[in-house]
Amino acid sequence: MPTRRQFIKVGIAGAAVLATVRWLDRSEAAPTANHRFLDSGSVVMTAALVPVVLAGSLPEESAARAQAIREVVDAFDRAVSGLSPLVQKEVDQLFSVFRYTPTRFAFTGLWAPIEEAPAAKVAAFLTRWRHSRFEIQRAGYQALTQLIQASWYDNPSSWAAIGYPGPPRLP
Amino acid sequence: MSVPDPIVEGLARGWKVVDAALVTRDRDIECDVVVIGSGAGGGVTAEILAQAGLSVAIVEEGPLVGSTDFRMREREAYPRLYQESAARQTADRAITILQGRCVGGGTTVNWTSSFRTPPRTLAHWSGAHGLTTMTEAALAPWFAKMEERLGIGPWGMPPNENNDILRRGCQKLGIPTGAIRRNVKGCANLGYCGMGCPLNAKQSMLVTTIPAALDRGATLVHRARVTRLAFDGNRVVACEARGVERNGAAPGAHRIRLRAKHFVLAAGSIGTPSILLSSGAPDPHRVTGKRTFLHPTVVSGAMFAQKVEGYYGAPQSIYSDHFLDSLPVDGPVGFKLEAPPVHPILAGITLPGFGTDHAAWMKRFPNLQVLIALVRDGFHPESVGGQVVLKSRWPVLDYPISDYVWNGVRRAYLAMAEIQFAAGAQTVMPLHEGAIPVTSWRDAKAAIEGLPMRALHSRVVSAHVMGGCAMGNDARTAVVTEAGRHHQLANLSVHDGSVFPTSLGANPQLTIYAIAGRMAANLAQSLKA
Repeated sequence: MPTRRQFIKVGIAGAAVLATVRWLDRSEAAPTANHRFLDSGSVVMTAALVPVVLAGSLPEESAARAQAIREVVDAFDRAVSGLSPLVQKEVDQLFSVFRYTPTRFAFTGLWAPIEEAPAAKVAAFLTRWRHSRFEIQRAGYQALTQLIQASWYDNPSSWAAIGYPGPPRLP
Repeated sequence: MSVPDPIVEGLARGWKVVDAALVTRDRDIECDVVVIGSGAGGGVTAEILAQAGLSVAIVEEGPLVGSTDFRMREREAYPRLYQESAARQTADRAITILQGRCVGGGTTVNWTSSFRTPPRTLAHWSGAHGLTTMTEAALAPWFAKMEERLGIGPWGMPPNENNDILRRGCQKLGIPTGAIRRNVKGCANLGYCGMGCPLNAKQSMLVTTIPAALDRGATLVHRARVTRLAFDGNRVVACEARGVERNGAAPGAHRIRLRAKHFVLAAGSIGTPSILLSSGAPDPHRVTGKRTFLHPTVVSGAMFAQKVEGYYGAPQSIYSDHFLDSLPVDGPVGFKLEAPPVHPILAGITLPGFGTDHAAWMKRFPNLQVLIALVRDGFHPESVGGQVVLKSRWPVLDYPISDYVWNGVRRAYLAMAEIQFAAGAQTVMPLHEGAIPVTSWRDAKAAIEGLPMRALHSRVVSAHVMGGCAMGNDARTAVVTEAGRHHQLANLSVHDGSVFPTSLGANPQLTIYAIAGRMAANLAQSLKA
């Protein structure tokens, strides 16, 4: 359960912080050449979240692992671009919260950027959000983890490890 | 592969089909009746009106896609055939809604379960909502007619293991189960109904009523989102639509204006009210979009020693209504038990947690068995459902889950775990962020009693959006009459699941077919008179 300090931190600061983020982020970065939604900063952050969310699922061998992470990030981008504009805006806001140190620290407890934080600390903030008393944090946790999980299990290269033989041949 | 594709063949025969996302200029279309939506309600309506000799135009937000393109892959099917890539959610993100968005609507991607409206539901509609024509006897001929038209009947193959575990577990506990009837012809028991049937065995609107209407000269405008209805006094004079690509966030540059004598809304329980709301349709008693129901559905996962392979075989073949039938309809909330198809993305996003705990369950994917409980909402004063609202012109369903519903969720978790253990499960886990796998019914009972029942802790999904434009004889509480005619607008009807005054307590397709069929026959008669 969140502590009383966290409650105050998120409850009082939350609204003001989100407003600031919205103001700061008015100059929106454009998606990268290979993506519809993710800009270069959010590509890096997503790539850092993937091995935490998919710990125990991704290939061990380093080249295959790097390839898998790239594919998950690309699928994540495709998935977000198929969501409603309202949800896209919320995902965008999540990345904005992660981008700026004060908001990142207030919401996740991470001082270092996500891509520089140790995996255990990233997992710890996701776990706090998972069980948070604030719907906004639980919703953020579910959006991030489900998008990443969907982006991995839609990939036929994930199927062998889970024993899914794939669709049958048509009779 | 040599499966004949009725869409490819129909297009070759010269069907009148307009892809609104590709139009290069404004278009005007005139006809007798515009049908908005091509799912269960719109498909049946279009066929009956076209058979009566009326000129019909069908407008569909999703794409026209046929069996050639149904490749049994979640990654292709969800973004292409579902609203918001199968990730539509209620306003607080607590409920994920699976809803079709393609020609054929939900019927193209549903799991083929076919139930007549439960008699107790019809009795409640008569007693509590004052409906006079929705009786078992009056609807029976329409059920029979639609069952005949859509090949609905008993399913001849044995259930897959995922469903048979539901049957065996219930049998051990003395809980009655039944066999689900399905709308299929020549089904090969593949298990991929939710991604579009690659064999055209499922008798969806895509391969039955829509082709029949198009063969009779109807026009289909697809990838077209209706932006508004235009009114003149108490009449609708036109319907305007724009092309839609991908998620539809950016409307196309060219408008399509459809003029007709009569307009039928069949855009589903989120689409239909949202079109009325965004058009500023008269709504003096503010009932449009209210009382929207979902059959909020919760999930229980179990690991078995044997392979379950829930990805293969007819997705739904066994059900139990014990937890509906053993309670009064307006007492504590009841639930229907069924099994869902188990495919990697759906399982991956529905299992709680992340990292190694999540991976441990996914590693035993072939042994994963899943049960679902569909909560019957809308029958009790504490179950008022949700409300469709517009946020930045985008339809959103605000559906707070009441304590009354949460009470049913806890009982559903208990019932499912007990059945899974009775059938021999090694471990059971309610799909809830606070749950951990347990190895006995005793432990499950204690764990479930202690779970917090809260939004975004419990995984809640819905595949049945109903209500929001209730039918009824009192304009203060209903949007349309029992014949589907709008109380305020003379030439507008609603023919879809949004007319239900409550949820059903059963998968809705057959109810929509029967009610829309009867409404359409009446409408054809009055338009021909």
